[in-house]
Amino acid sequence: MEWVFRNDLPIYSQLVDRIKLGIVSGALPPGARLASVREMATEAGVNPNTMQRALQELERAGLVFSQRTAGRFVTEDEKAIDDCKRTLAKGQIESFLEAMGELGYDREGIIALLKEDE
Amino acid sequence: MAILECIGLSKRFGKVQALEEINLKVEPGRVIGLLGPNGSGKTTLIKLANGLLTPSQGEILIDGMAPGRESKAIVSYLSDKEYLPDWMSARQLMDFFEDFYEDFDRARAEEMLRHLGIDETMRIKQMSKGTREKVQLILVMSRQAKLYLLDEPIGGVDPATRDYILDTIIRNYNPSAAVIISTHLIADVEQVLDEVIFIQNGHLLLQTTVDEIREEQGKSVDQYFREVFKC
Repeated sequence: MEWVFRNDLPIYSQLVDRIKLGIVSGALPPGARLASVREMATEAGVNPNTMQRALQELERAGLVFSQRTAGRFVTEDEKAIDDCKRTLAKGQIESFLEAMGELGYDREGIIALLKEDE
Repeated sequence: MAILECIGLSKRFGKVQALEEINLKVEPGRVIGLLGPNGSGKTTLIKLANGLLTPSQGEILIDGMAPGRESKAIVSYLSDKEYLPDWMSARQLMDFFEDFYEDFDRARAEEMLRHLGIDETMRIKQMSKGTREKVQLILVMSRQAKLYLLDEPIGGVDPATRDYILDTIIRNYNPSAAVIISTHLIADVEQVLDEVIFIQNGHLLLQTTVDEIREEQGKSVDQYFREVFKC
């Protein structure tokens, strides 16, 4: 039960995000075989149907694919992985900008601050 | 076919209406939380499903049949009370369950006892309250049933054992069986559940999925429950 979930989001979408992070960070390299749904559910401490839904979502997004008998694999399409990485990065930037905005920084102020930090 | 179905189910104890006009279906492959405040009718519903009580009105069907000898063969029930004969040891209880239930998997029970460090030769009366609860749950979870009815399974055990129990529920997951867990400890079980059933004063308030509540309300089932049943 090491996976911790936020209260304000569906569990399956948090699983999707976690697995995406594994894929873009290379912890789950292109072409790697994923564990079975049950194993992944046990590891995350979640309902197997919820894990199944997350994996289907990743399939739809083209990040994993299944082969009928052999199981599920991470995509080998590097571009899809790159695109996913960019989307995740943009999401991080967005929330960073929002938090900085609350502190009263505009873009230029933020850039100045980043440079100061170098 | 639904593994459990209630059709206009009502139960009255004298003047007290414990359940009124309950309509619901539980499909196989689901893990369901039966949630409601004290006295809302959770245990009554579970006892009706077991045939320990009979409906005042309406029907309750297990795999399409009224509760009885045949349904008991496919229903594994964990009572909220201690009912095991206290002079028996865990080993004798396994003999007992093996005799009674064709679907009892002794190897699985022995494995779980070992994992939780429970001595098979110890008698129930020598065990602590928490250990007795664990033994009871191990016996119930070691059956290959089609419907598990767990009335407050994690109330009396420590957090590490709680994790082990929830882990066991996930690992034993079987697409043709359903698990119904009645509990107050929603936050602990939430991520193991597919669906939740809220009941209040004997009425069905809602039956939906955990992620639907999170999606629509932007909060966990636990938070939502506190809001709905605010005192």
